[in-house]
Amino acid sequence: MFKRKDLLGIQELQKEEICFILDTAESFKEVLTRPIKKVPTLRGKTVINFFHEPSTRTRISFEIAGKRLSADTINISPSTSSLTKGESLKDMAQTLQALNPDIIVIRHSMPGAPHLLAQEAKFSVINAGDGAHEHPTQGLLDLLTIREHKGKIEGLQVAIVGDILHSRVARSDIFGLIKLGAKVRLVGPPTLIPPFIEKLGVTVEHRLEQGIEGCDVIMLLRIQLERQNKLFFPSIREYSRLYGLTLDKLARARLRHDVLIMHPGPINRGVEIDPQVADAPFSLILDQVTNGLAVRMALLYLILGGDES
Amino acid sequence: MKIVIQGGRIIDPANGVDSVYDLLIEDGKIKSMEQSLPAIDDARVIDVRGKVVTPGLVDMHVHLREPGREDKETIATGCAAAAAGGVTSLACMPNTTPVNDNKSVTEFILLKAREKNLVNVYPVGAISKGLKGEELSEMAELCEAGVHAYSDDGRPVMNSLLMRRALEYGRLFNLPLISHCEDTNLAAGGVVNEGVVSMVTGLKGIPGAAEEVMVSRDILLARMTGSGVHIAHVSTAGSVALVRQAKREGIPVTAEATPHHFSLTEELALSFDTNTKVNPPLRSQSDLEALIEGLSDGTIDVIASDHAPHTLAEKEQEFDLAPFGMVGLETLLAVSLTNLYHTRKLDLMTLVARLTCHPARILKIPGGTLSPGGPADICIIDLQKKFTVDAGQFYSKGKNTPFHGQELTGAPVMTLRQGRVVFPSEHRSSKEQQGEPIEPQEQHRSSTGEPTAGGNYSNHSEYEQKR
Repeated sequence: MFKRKDLLGIQELQKEEICFILDTAESFKEVLTRPIKKVPTLRGKTVINFFHEPSTRTRISFEIAGKRLSADTINISPSTSSLTKGESLKDMAQTLQALNPDIIVIRHSMPGAPHLLAQEAKFSVINAGDGAHEHPTQGLLDLLTIREHKGKIEGLQVAIVGDILHSRVARSDIFGLIKLGAKVRLVGPPTLIPPFIEKLGVTVEHRLEQGIEGCDVIMLLRIQLERQNKLFFPSIREYSRLYGLTLDKLARARLRHDVLIMHPGPINRGVEIDPQVADAPFSLILDQVTNGLAVRMALLYLILGGDES
Repeated sequence: MKIVIQGGRIIDPANGVDSVYDLLIEDGKIKSMEQSLPAIDDARVIDVRGKVVTPGLVDMHVHLREPGREDKETIATGCAAAAAGGVTSLACMPNTTPVNDNKSVTEFILLKAREKNLVNVYPVGAISKGLKGEELSEMAELCEAGVHAYSDDGRPVMNSLLMRRALEYGRLFNLPLISHCEDTNLAAGGVVNEGVVSMVTGLKGIPGAAEEVMVSRDILLARMTGSGVHIAHVSTAGSVALVRQAKREGIPVTAEATPHHFSLTEELALSFDTNTKVNPPLRSQSDLEALIEGLSDGTIDVIASDHAPHTLAEKEQEFDLAPFGMVGLETLLAVSLTNLYHTRKLDLMTLVARLTCHPARILKIPGGTLSPGGPADICIIDLQKKFTVDAGQFYSKGKNTPFHGQELTGAPVMTLRQGRVVFPSEHRSSKEQQGEPIEPQEQHRSSTGEPTAGGNYSNHSEYEQKR
């Protein structure tokens, strides 16, 4: 069901592949609840986490996922990477190839970097986020979390709120949600919604209250503080006033009590999300983190030929 | 030394000729054009029946990289690539290291071109010192040294006052000002067209308006100053419309389009192939169609390659890090014939005019026609020749082309410059020769009166004529 060498994006996945990954991830969740959480599945396999951009949750999640499956995991971070010495990604790929790893998980600030790494490489590549392009494992864990709590994805109304323009999470979420039959609306100031995005089959709404009305799921995106003064919006204060999600705004949008709140983290409390919303019982932010581990275990397992065992 | 180019279909747009003629060349110049020349005792005869004979192509937008980046291209390799592409005259942009903003660099380029002695090289001088867009370069000195145009190509002149002054002061020299139209604030950080592809890939987009804003500005400045401006590499439908309107109003503006912009679209960047990264970026299908419409109706005067060689290592990087540009000298004609002539979008006369007499007229250089008395710069074309582009076979050091592996129809098979065969070269092994030899038994004999390389730059401007 999953025969790919690499996972570079959700855009190229078939619906059936996505569902298969989610099913596999669900079965791995059980492992995570055992007293001894380690299984020998990937013993003798090597997973290199190559994070060329700062990351905590994704890197740790991949590292734990690998360790739970008994793979040898190695982390390369920007400060310890030879890329800081001017080595090109291509040369880096050849060097890593010579060490014969099984999987390289790459996070990079530039779109297409994982594709460049995967070209001609014998090892598998998992994209852990490339610039504003894709973050497929985040997209998959979001789908898993929604499916778990709603029982399905098809027909759901999902609002994605915030900086769509710079967000790889938004792109992966959109591709996945549309493939699985959800209705997606994007909410944010016009400066942070990329032109032509309607072509992906989403709708765009610029006012928060209208945008989230009647929604089943609200996915908030982190607003990067450095975006202010770059002409995208006047100030964090104004952004928060217009797009920060508060209990008040939820009430005004007459949202059903079973609306789900999601956020890929790290959150800016009081900016895009009010603390009361972040900590509310209908907030799934921590469930997302747990599901991320299950999704990454499933992917490592599937890519390294999990069908055999 | 006499040569007869016998039995070819001669296309000479400047003189409205499209007929089968014999062409007599004497001492590097076109002597006459007749339906059937009588046999001449001491003449070398080149039989080109079934082929098309045009003036040597004039490529007014080329980056030769020397001085400074000889790893990407040298004047010698660039000239060889030009000859292989049917190009006998080229204008090379000033963004070298050091910048061609002073006569030493201009003279160096001309010297190197003269040493290679393959095609006419017409350097373009910088508009501003160091291409910084702050103060005018010493345009008179550059003119005296032999530049044939001014441009800050690659770096737009953002300061409108500087552009105005360049247009005004440039009137002293009667040479074209070539404008790379790009608003650097609107385009900042962009690497592909702003559109569906930038939205899907997360690559930063360069909106069409970044070009159109500056095309508008330059048209307005041309109207105000009365000085001509040439818009380089027009890439959007909006720019075509602006230029069309300006021409209708009699504003002195000319424009060029590149083969890649009228043949390829932005979707190629979906694969993150850095050989598709170019500035201005590949645009949409509707932009492509507007460019062809503009080429057809005369809004766009010129087809130029914007030949921009880079090293393999530079292109084998993350898309954001790879430099802009693609090579084009050796595919200029073939891509144009394939996508304009064989698709019946342009007739041969119009197409050849865009590649010969129009750019020659804009640059005010000899050539571009087959008029008697002019230089015997000639391109012989096999319209039906099918071949697959193999960048590995390029004479250019740059192998960065998105056309690699594409099948094209129509190619130059022989290039003569001032009566001397400069392509195919006798120094290259037959395996490497792209063009089938027209007359394999014919070997080039050294001609009398070896033509001067580097262009006949004396006498080319009002400024010099007055002196």
